[in-house]
Amino acid sequence: MEILPILASLRKHRIPTVLIVLEIALTCAVLCNAVFMIGQRVSAIRLPNAIDEHSLSTVGLSGTDEKTAGSDIPRNLAALRGIPGVQAVGAISTLPLSHNNWGWSFGTSPDESIFNKKTVNFSLFFLGEGADKALGLRLLEGRFFNADDYADSSFGSAPLPETHVTLVTHSIAERMWPGQSALGKTYYTTSHYYTVVGVIADVLRPNIDGQGEASNYFSAFYPMSAEGSKGNLRRYVLRSAPGDRDRVMRAAEQKLIELNPNGVTKSAIYSDMRDQYFADMRSMAWMLVLVCVVMLAVTAFGIVGLTSFWVGQRRQQIGIRRAVGASRGHIMQYFQTENFLLSGAGVVLGVALAYGINLYLMRHYEITRLPWYYLPVSAIVLWGLGQLAVLGPALRAANVPPVVATRSA
Amino acid sequence: MFGYYLDLALRSLKRNRVLTALMVLAIAVGIGASMTTLTVVHLLSGDPMPGKSSVLFFPQVDPENPVTLSLHRNPWPAMDYRSAVDIWSSHRADRQAILTSSSVKVRLPDSGQPPLMLSMLSTSTDFFPMFDVPFQYGSGWSADDDASRARVAVISADLNQKLFGGANSVGRILRVRDADMRIVGVLKPWRPTPLFYDPWSQNFSKSEDVFAPFSSSLEINKGNFQAYTCWHVPPSMGNLQDADCVWVWVWAELDSPAKVRDYARFVDDYANTQKSLGRFAVGSEHARLHDLMTWLTDRGQVPDDVRLQAWLASAFLVICLFNAVGLLLAKFLRRSGEIGVRRALGASRGAIFAQCLVEAGLIGLLGGFFGWLLTLVGLWLVRRQPVDYAHLAHLDTAMFFVTFAMAIGASLIAGLIPALRASRVVPGWQLKAL
Repeated sequence: MEILPILASLRKHRIPTVLIVLEIALTCAVLCNAVFMIGQRVSAIRLPNAIDEHSLSTVGLSGTDEKTAGSDIPRNLAALRGIPGVQAVGAISTLPLSHNNWGWSFGTSPDESIFNKKTVNFSLFFLGEGADKALGLRLLEGRFFNADDYADSSFGSAPLPETHVTLVTHSIAERMWPGQSALGKTYYTTSHYYTVVGVIADVLRPNIDGQGEASNYFSAFYPMSAEGSKGNLRRYVLRSAPGDRDRVMRAAEQKLIELNPNGVTKSAIYSDMRDQYFADMRSMAWMLVLVCVVMLAVTAFGIVGLTSFWVGQRRQQIGIRRAVGASRGHIMQYFQTENFLLSGAGVVLGVALAYGINLYLMRHYEITRLPWYYLPVSAIVLWGLGQLAVLGPALRAANVPPVVATRSA
Repeated sequence: MFGYYLDLALRSLKRNRVLTALMVLAIAVGIGASMTTLTVVHLLSGDPMPGKSSVLFFPQVDPENPVTLSLHRNPWPAMDYRSAVDIWSSHRADRQAILTSSSVKVRLPDSGQPPLMLSMLSTSTDFFPMFDVPFQYGSGWSADDDASRARVAVISADLNQKLFGGANSVGRILRVRDADMRIVGVLKPWRPTPLFYDPWSQNFSKSEDVFAPFSSSLEINKGNFQAYTCWHVPPSMGNLQDADCVWVWVWAELDSPAKVRDYARFVDDYANTQKSLGRFAVGSEHARLHDLMTWLTDRGQVPDDVRLQAWLASAFLVICLFNAVGLLLAKFLRRSGEIGVRRALGASRGAIFAQCLVEAGLIGLLGGFFGWLLTLVGLWLVRRQPVDYAHLAHLDTAMFFVTFAMAIGASLIAGLIPALRASRVVPGWQLKAL
């Protein structure tokens, strides 16, 4: 295919040429960034979480008398266990993605205090006996808490549990003791220390920050006795078959209200709770998808419009070419190649612009670097879109009969 | 003259309907998308206290000591108990309120209704007049009630509806945790957006359901107050009054620049005095006195996602504009012959230019109309989203006019180059070609 005559003809139509190149460039740049943002949100929504997410439902119970917790919690648990379909129950202080966060910073040497920059902030989860099984925590190394661990743990006057054993996630183990086994290691904060008895698969914190950060998994677990819990074991988790969750949750809420007429309950199915956490991210992702689709459509219409105009302008020229022997295929090829060149220029410019926008967004918002493969993919998409958009006008051009050349000229 | 141009434009638009429709669509879609997001940004960055925001101030000091943890350049959005009470009780402002919030169990005694967990704002008498809080029944409490730790409460319209079916409940008794509080006031529906006075609320959440005197609610809900952060382990959980934690804050009303200057100096002096006493690590360098709007901007009131959407939609509008320029160019140049004839018959370049712009403006008007419809659809979609500002997404009059101004402005800008090109058509050339 001859490129030079195409370039010569484009030079004669500078403004439309520049316009269409700019439009494609801008579309390419926005598309890259928008798709990237969609991808980031989707990966956040799908963050793995090593508890039995699809079997859990939960009822929170607050407003009860803390002094009788030692007898109330075992009584409540026994009642919940009696609900048909319940496989396991436990009392716990908070759940991943529940927004109810209890954070504290710890270090690896005994003189560490929370003022120290080197300390790492964990989210604290307090487990009543049996809650580890109800949640479905997955042990990677070491052991779960035993009956003595539970019995020995309580809250004193400090907002930290009076115990010396802890379970940490794999991410904490990697952060605190990189390359070593965390088992038997101890972490400290002023006046308290905890020794790792088990390492579990990564569980999300009650609140997470960005996507793909290891700190999303800085969750530490401590045993807690019912009597010593000082009102901190407020949430009951129930494990059942996924189909039973709704019924189990309702029955559990009913039971807890009956047993604790002074209490206030709040129940949820865990997977709904997770969906709720990511609801605005999901809606943002859909918004972005919508914008991308409409934007591609507008760009395609723009190409159709301008090419149609060019075809109209060049009817005589096309007629002459047809009269002197050009086939329909040649005419079509001409417009397709022209579009290919325009899209190419637009895409090259667009890729540069996409990186520019990305750098700007990185500086001002929580966004990471655009991965390189977004660029060739969006280039191919826009090239394909251009070819598709030009097909109609090109076909019309190819159908110009040679006899047009002899008329009116 | 203009009428004639308008007539010309209408004829020209009718002649090539597909092209016209494409242009109107391009502008409508661009306007629809950008106006939807801009409206949301506009609403979210709105003034929650119009007419009053310039006299409301948020004093801040930095009680954190030692500072090893304070890598922050700004103080926390609250203070420890002692600093807040010191600043509040000095009564240096025209009005001042001390605030903190907590969640509390509330029920109607002997009603048989299940108890509710609600959020309670502990504050002082000036809160209500200072923030122009509207009352349905009764009123706020007095300074004496604050001092005598009176067991009185003000409730929201929502809670009044829930507990009393909307009837006048002033004088009724509410059990707040274990204490009986007499209701002295019921608010009209009141939802300042954003919820500016509570630095830790979600920006667009509802206001609290129960309002009680700071002094008495500290007794009633003891142990249930939560600290934003602490720099020493509190001596005992729940007792935040003596703890090195931030959890209380102050608002002040100052109605003249001189008073603002004096008050700012007072806050600075307080911080410096506390530093010299060894209680603060940082003095006036970390003392602030922001007015309401500055404070909201500082706090980052518009969510990042919304800003990103606005950026995206603006880029999208530019794409649509490029599109419109291309199509207009095609349209005008296709009529080169006609323009040539008109020029030959005596139309000046200026007249041709004006005729083309009128046509572009008309397209803008049509685009604006459809863009407005699309904006309404867009805002309807936003209202259905699970975000806390969803209820705000309505088009106000200002944004309605902005929609049309933007559509016509955009299409005129888009028409500029094509109109210039058209006005440069050489009559002779075109006449020869006819």
